[in-house]
Amino acid sequence: MLPRLLLQDIPDTTSGLVFGYIAIGVIFGLYLLSLFLRARSYRRDLDIIEQTEQDND
Amino acid sequence: METTFRKQWPTGLTVLTVIAGAMLAASLAMIFLYAPMEQNMGWVQRIFYTHVGSAWAGAVGFVGAVVMAVLYLATRSRLWDVIGHASVEVGLALVTVGLVGGMVWGNQVWGVPWTWDPKLTSFAVMWLSYAAYLMLREGIEDPERRQRFEAVYAIVAVATVLFTYLGVRLVETTLHPHVIGPSAATGEGDFGLSTRMVQTLIFAVVTWTVIYATLLWHRSRLRLLRDSVDQARANLIGGRSLAAGD
Repeated sequence: MLPRLLLQDIPDTTSGLVFGYIAIGVIFGLYLLSLFLRARSYRRDLDIIEQTEQDND
Repeated sequence: METTFRKQWPTGLTVLTVIAGAMLAASLAMIFLYAPMEQNMGWVQRIFYTHVGSAWAGAVGFVGAVVMAVLYLATRSRLWDVIGHASVEVGLALVTVGLVGGMVWGNQVWGVPWTWDPKLTSFAVMWLSYAAYLMLREGIEDPERRQRFEAVYAIVAVATVLFTYLGVRLVETTLHPHVIGPSAATGEGDFGLSTRMVQTLIFAVVTWTVIYATLLWHRSRLRLLRDSVDQARANLIGGRSLAAGD
């Protein structure tokens, strides 16, 4: 009974926690995605250039 | 660290990436399962650990860029410029994570996600300073001039970091609570840290510092890859020009 009484004083801020971690995850995830996409794009460019050089040779 | 791009991930980077991922999972487990519930704020207080950890690691990134800037100016080695630029970009991403987490937390505790409080305002100035760094450097064509600009800018801009994290502690009217030491009389959202909270916070700070180091390595490799593409493209165009007799 006593622990339940004590718990009643704690505000329910679960929605803030969920929204906060979703926002953090989205920002961090977007940055990781941008690193991955940029790396993939540069690798493709490098492969195309190397292929073109080989064709020229 | 390599000075030219290699397609294969170095073993050290693979190990560091796995360690960073495992530490992030462990840090989240501590935040949700080990840290005790804060009595006045409830669940939303658990954003605090990630907010402080990522904001700290972002500041490490900006200070790290100063070290790289000094090394670049002393040696003129391109490697320091590559790492310094990467450090700023990763630092900006991490302080953005801290900023967003702080805004959601502030919305619950203060009732608004943002106020023009001294701490928050100086944080905004810092964020804009480093966002401007990334935009302005792209406008300089000459590589040597761009590298000098980056080095000098990183050294000057760190003043905003020092004020945001240290100088603002002298301001008596800030709403933002201090993590270390007593908050200002106007601080709202302050709470006493229990032993488990301190342990969770320290682990989160170490975790985000390891994440910073991991991302720094990845971002530096990305820059080397881009430089390789630019070089290969220039060689290809140069070769074609010679072949055409230009």
